[in-house]
Amino acid sequence: MAIALETVSVSKFYKSDNGITKAVDAVSIDIKQGEFVALVGPSGSGKTSLLAMLATLLAPSDGAILIDGQDLAQMNDARRTAFRREKIGFTFQQNNMVPYLTALENVELMLRLNGKYNRVGRERARELLTRLGLGERLNNLPRQLSGGQQQRVAIARALIHNPSVVLADEPTASLDTERAHQVVQTFANLIHEQNRAGIMVTHDLRMTQYADRIIQMRDGQLARTISSPHEIRAFATTAEAN
Amino acid sequence: MGIYLALKEIWRNRGRFFLFSLVIALITVLVLFIAALADGLGNGNKEYIEKLNGDLIVYKANVDLSIPTSRVDRGKRTETLRVPGVKDVGQASFSSVVLLHGENKKLNVALIGVEPGKPGEPPVVQGRGLTEKRGKEAIIDRNVALRTNLHVGDDLTIKSIQGTQEEFFVLRIVGVSDGRQYSLQPSVIVPHLTFDLIKPGTPATGNETDLISNVLIVQLQDPANWKNMAVAVEEQVNDVRAVDRKTAYENTPGYSAQQSTLNTQNFFSLLIGILVIGGFFQIQMLQKVPQIGMLKAIGAPNGTIGIAALTQIIIVTVVGVAIGTALTLLLSLTFPATVPIVFSPNAILLGIGSLLLVGPIGGLVSIRYALRVEPLTALGLAS
Repeated sequence: MAIALETVSVSKFYKSDNGITKAVDAVSIDIKQGEFVALVGPSGSGKTSLLAMLATLLAPSDGAILIDGQDLAQMNDARRTAFRREKIGFTFQQNNMVPYLTALENVELMLRLNGKYNRVGRERARELLTRLGLGERLNNLPRQLSGGQQQRVAIARALIHNPSVVLADEPTASLDTERAHQVVQTFANLIHEQNRAGIMVTHDLRMTQYADRIIQMRDGQLARTISSPHEIRAFATTAEAN
Repeated sequence: MGIYLALKEIWRNRGRFFLFSLVIALITVLVLFIAALADGLGNGNKEYIEKLNGDLIVYKANVDLSIPTSRVDRGKRTETLRVPGVKDVGQASFSSVVLLHGENKKLNVALIGVEPGKPGEPPVVQGRGLTEKRGKEAIIDRNVALRTNLHVGDDLTIKSIQGTQEEFFVLRIVGVSDGRQYSLQPSVIVPHLTFDLIKPGTPATGNETDLISNVLIVQLQDPANWKNMAVAVEEQVNDVRAVDRKTAYENTPGYSAQQSTLNTQNFFSLLIGILVIGGFFQIQMLQKVPQIGMLKAIGAPNGTIGIAALTQIIIVTVVGVAIGTALTLLLSLTFPATVPIVFSPNAILLGIGSLLLVGPIGGLVSIRYALRVEPLTALGLAS
C-alpha cells in the first residue's frame, strides 16, 4: 500500500519564560492508505500538537510533513487551507457541526467547500449517512441529535470528499461506552473500505482495539509502536480491564 | 458559499434575526422622524425666504441680518433700483398676528407686507395676485387654507394689538399661494400699505413715500451674478447689507441653532445605531467562535467567513431599514397638519442611505474578529 502521510523528524518547540518546551520532538512516522492508527499517550505527550501539525493547522518548528507526497512546508497559507479542504478530513472532540445546518447539509458542506456539490455528491452524502445509521435523521438539526449521532455525522463529513487523510481528535470523549465502540468501529471500517489513512487521537485506550497500529507518545517523542494484532488486542484488553 | 451559510443561519434563526431587524427598524423610525422634523421645522422658518422671487435680500447695515431689527426706507429702495444689474426691487415687512376663523377659532399667522406685483409677492396657485396698494385684500398660503378651510373669495379677520387696543381688520382673500411659512407660522400676505395699518404697534403714516420696510427683495438681471451684485449694492447704497436667500434664512432667529440641534440628534441616532448593530453582531460573533474555528479547520477560507458575516449584516440592516421606513410613512399619515414634519425625498434618501451604511460599519469589528479567529484556539487544540 502506498504511503499517504509521512513525517520526517518533525518537531514543535514553544518558547516560554522557562526556556524551550519541546511539545513534539523529532517524530518520524508514516501511515499507509487503508491504515487506521491510534495515537495515544498521557496529557502533554505531544499527540494533540502532532495532530494539529498533520492537519496543517500548526507549522512544525523543524522536520517535514508530506501528505500524498506533497511537503506542507512548501505551501503558503492559502494553499495550505485549500489543501486541508481537499486532502484532509477532520472530526473534533466537540463543536463538530454547524448548528444551523441539518445532518445532511453538514455533510454536504464539504462538497460545497470543494466545489463538488452535485447530484452524485448529494446521493453519496445520503448513502453515507444512511450507512452510519442516520437515514431517518438526515433533516435533523444538531440540537436534535445525540452526541453519538453528531460524531457519526462528523465522520461522514470527514469522508464525503474523498480525502487522503482522516484525522479524529478524541471522537469518543463525550460518548458512553456502547456508543464509543459503535462510532470507532464504524470509523475504522470506513477507513479500511475507502482506503484512507486514518489517525485517531484518544485517551480511551479501549478504542485502540479497532486500530491497525498503535503509536504511543511520551514527552513529545515516540515511546512505542504496536503493530501486531495480538499485541493490539492485549493492549486494549488491559485498558478494558483497568 | 458564504451567502449560503448566511442565508441558512438567518432562516434557521429567523425569530432572533427578525427581532434584531425590528431594533434597526426602530432606529430607522427615530432617524427618519428627526430628519423629517428638521426639514419641517427648517421649512417653517425658511419657506417664504427660500422660495422668494428675488435673488438678494437687502437689510439695514449692522443689524446682524436680523429681519425684525432691520429698517429700510423708500429712499434705499430707489437707490437700489438704480444699481446697474438690478431688475426690480420690492419692500417687504414681517409681523405676527392672529387670524380669526370659524366659530371662535384662532390661528397665529405671519403677516407679510409686500408691494403688489413686486418681488416679495408670491405667485398664486388659485385666484389672483394683489393689485391694490391699499386694498383690503390678502393672499393666504396653502397652510392657512388647509388649517382654516378658507377659500378664495372668503373674508378673513385679523386681530392685532395696536397701542393697548385690540383692533380687527377684515380682508378679502384674492389668492392662495403654495406653502410660504415664515417664523414657523403659516402666512397671510397683504399690500404693504395695508400691512402698515394692520401690524401690531403704532400704525404708520399710510403714505407710500414714507414706506419703511424690514428688508428689500431684489431681483437681478443675472441671478448667477448675485455675489458681485451684493457687493455692488452695498457699495452704491449707503448703510445696507445685501445677502443671498440662503444666507438670509440661515440668519432668521433660531434657524441655525434649531437645525444644528436636530442634525446633532440625527448624528447621535446614527452613532447609537452603529453601536447597537456593532454590539449585536459582536456578541453573536463571540458565541460563534468555536463554530468559525471548526469551519476554518475543515478548510473554509477567510473569504467565505467574511462574506457570510457581511451578508448577514446587510440582510438584517436592509430588512430593518425597510420595515422602519414603511412604519415611519404609515405613522406620518396619522399626524395632524400642525405637526411640522416634512418627508422630503432628499432627506429620506439621505437617511436611508446613512442607515444602510450604519449596518456594515457597525459590523466591521465583528467581521474583523471573525477573520482573526484562530482555529486551533477556537477548537481547544492549542497547547
